[in-house]
Amino acid sequence: MSRRRDFDARAVTASPAAVFSGSSAVADVGADTPEILRVENVGVALAGRRILDQVSFAVRAGEFTGLIGPNGAGKTTLLRVILGLHRPTDGSVTIGAQPRSPRSQPVGYVPQKVLLDPDMPIRARDLVALGLDGNRFGLRLPSPKRAQAVREMLHAVDAERFADARVGTLSGGEQQRVLIAHALISRPRLLLLDEPLANLDLRSSQEIIQLLARIAREQQIAILLSAHEMNPLLPVMNRVVYVAGGRAASGPVDEIVTTEVLSRLYGHRVDVLNVHGRVLVVAGQDDDHDGAAQPTEAG
Amino acid sequence: MHDVYTAIFEPGFFGNPQVHVAVAVGGVVAIVCAVVGVFTVMRGQSFAGHSLGDVSAAGGSGALLIGLNPVAGFVGLGAVGAAVMDMIGVQRLRSRDLATGIVLGAAIGLSALFLYLTTTTGATTGATQHVLFGSIFTIATGTISVVTALGGLALAGVALVYRPLLLSTVSPDVAAARGVPVRLVGVTYMLALAVSVGLSSLALGAILSTALLIGPAAAALRLTRRIAWALVIACVISVLATWLGVLLSYDSYDWGSAHNGRLPVSFFIVALVVATYVLSSAASARTARATAPRRDLIKVPAGTEG
Repeated sequence: MSRRRDFDARAVTASPAAVFSGSSAVADVGADTPEILRVENVGVALAGRRILDQVSFAVRAGEFTGLIGPNGAGKTTLLRVILGLHRPTDGSVTIGAQPRSPRSQPVGYVPQKVLLDPDMPIRARDLVALGLDGNRFGLRLPSPKRAQAVREMLHAVDAERFADARVGTLSGGEQQRVLIAHALISRPRLLLLDEPLANLDLRSSQEIIQLLARIAREQQIAILLSAHEMNPLLPVMNRVVYVAGGRAASGPVDEIVTTEVLSRLYGHRVDVLNVHGRVLVVAGQDDDHDGAAQPTEAG
Repeated sequence: MHDVYTAIFEPGFFGNPQVHVAVAVGGVVAIVCAVVGVFTVMRGQSFAGHSLGDVSAAGGSGALLIGLNPVAGFVGLGAVGAAVMDMIGVQRLRSRDLATGIVLGAAIGLSALFLYLTTTTGATTGATQHVLFGSIFTIATGTISVVTALGGLALAGVALVYRPLLLSTVSPDVAAARGVPVRLVGVTYMLALAVSVGLSSLALGAILSTALLIGPAAAALRLTRRIAWALVIACVISVLATWLGVLLSYDSYDWGSAHNGRLPVSFFIVALVVATYVLSSAASARTARATAPRRDLIKVPAGTEG
C-alpha cells in the first residue's frame, strides 16, 4: 500500500495514478512486447566506492522509461555500463538477448554534454550523416541513398530548417534534435539519452519529450532517458527506474514513486508530495522534530 | 609586360635547382600540414602541435649532432613525443595541458643541449638557424622523396581514420558508444600530427612550424561550413603561402643592401599565413553581419531618453 503525504489537500488529485499516467500520450506497451534491454544485478564500484548495487530492470520495445535520480546517483555510470563503455563489477546487461559489448548491435546514444564549437565546419546534416557511418574506416563517396536517409531523418525530428547551419551555432533544443537524429539514423532498437533536457527552456523540453514519445511509439524503439526532474516526463513515461543511494527500483511510476519505496532507496525518510499535478520528493522529518520539510528535488 | 614578369620572377628563378627542391618540399609539407591542421584546430590541440615542433627541434638538432639526416631527427623524435603525450593522457581534456607541458619542457631542454654541443664542437655551421628557423633552400634533392613518402603516410593515416576521427572530434563519448576505437584513432592522428610538424619544422624551422599547421586551417574554418571544403581551402592557402614565400625570399636578394643575401623564407610564409587569417576573419565577420537577422530599432519617445 502506497503512502503519500498530501502537501495541499485542495491541490491533490483524486487519483494518484492519474497524476502519473493520466495523459493519453503514454504508449500502451503490453507484456507480450519483446524485451529490448535487460539489466540484471548490476553493481559498479569506482575507486573502492560502491556507486551502484544490485540494479535490475528491463525495457521493452516502444517503451519510454525514465531513469530518475538525484545528481551523482549513478545514472550516467549506469548508462555507460549499458553502452558497454564501463565494465560492471558484477551483474550483466543484455540487449536483444545478446550480451552487451561496444561492437554489438547499435544502441543510439545522446550524451550529457556535447560542446559543439560554433567554428567547427560541421552542418547539422553532416552530424546526422556521421550517425550512419561515422564508425567506419576510410573515406566515403557521395551517395544519393545516404543523402536521402539523412533528409528523412532530419524531417522525422523536424530539423530540416536548420540542416545547413553549423551545428555549433544552433540553440540547445535544435542541437538536441540533431543529436537525436544522429542517434536514430543507424536504426537502433534502444535509445539512451543522458540528461537531454538539462539547460533547455520549458518549451524546448516539452518539444523534445513529445518528439521522443512519438518516435518510441511509431518506430517501436525502447527509450531510456535519464533526468533528475521527472515531472516533464510524467505524461509520456511508461516506467521509471529510480536510482538513489546506489540502489534502484523500477516499475510503473505510481508504484515506484512512493514514500515507502523512495525512503528505502535513499536510506532515510523522504516524502512524496503531489502538488498541482506535480510530484515533489522532499526530505522527510523525523517524528520527534518539528519544522517544515526541506525540498530535496522536484521529482 | 616583360618588365612586370621579371620584377615578379627574378632571372634564374625557374631554373634554379634549389628553388625546385624548395617548391617540391614546400608543396608537400603545405598540403600535409593543412589537412592535419584542420583536425588540430577542430580538436583544440594547437598547443600540442606547437610542443611537437619543439620536440622536432630536439630531434633535428640531435640528428645534426650525430651526423644523421635531419628529417629522421625531426620526424622520429616528434613521433616519440606524440606517443609519450598519448601515454600521459593528451586524449583526455584535463590531462592534455599536463602531458603537453611535460613533453614541451623536456624537448626544449634537449634542444638547448644538442644545439650547444653542435655549435661548440663546430661540426655544423648555422645549426641553430637551420633547426629553429628553417632553411628550405639548403635541403638536399634526395630529401624530396623522403618528405613525399612521409607526407603520403601521414595523409593515408588521416584518410584511414577520417570518419571515426571526425566523430570522435565532435564527441568522444558518442564515438565510443558507436564502437569507434577512440584511443587507436587518437594515436593515429597524433602520429600524423608528429609527421606534419616534423616536416613543417624542416621547411620553416621548429619555432615557426606551428604557423603552417594552424594558420591555413584556422583561416579555412572561418570561410566554410563544410569540412571537405575546409580541407580544400586550407590546402590552397597553405600551398600558395609557401610557394609565394619561396618566391619573395628568392626575390629579396635584390631588394637592397641592408641585409646580406636573401631574407628568410619562413618569415614570408608566416607573414602571408597571418595576413590570410586576418583577411578571412574579416570576411567571416562581414558575412556574419550580412546574414544576421535584422532587428527593428525601438523608437524611444522624445524626452524619455536617459
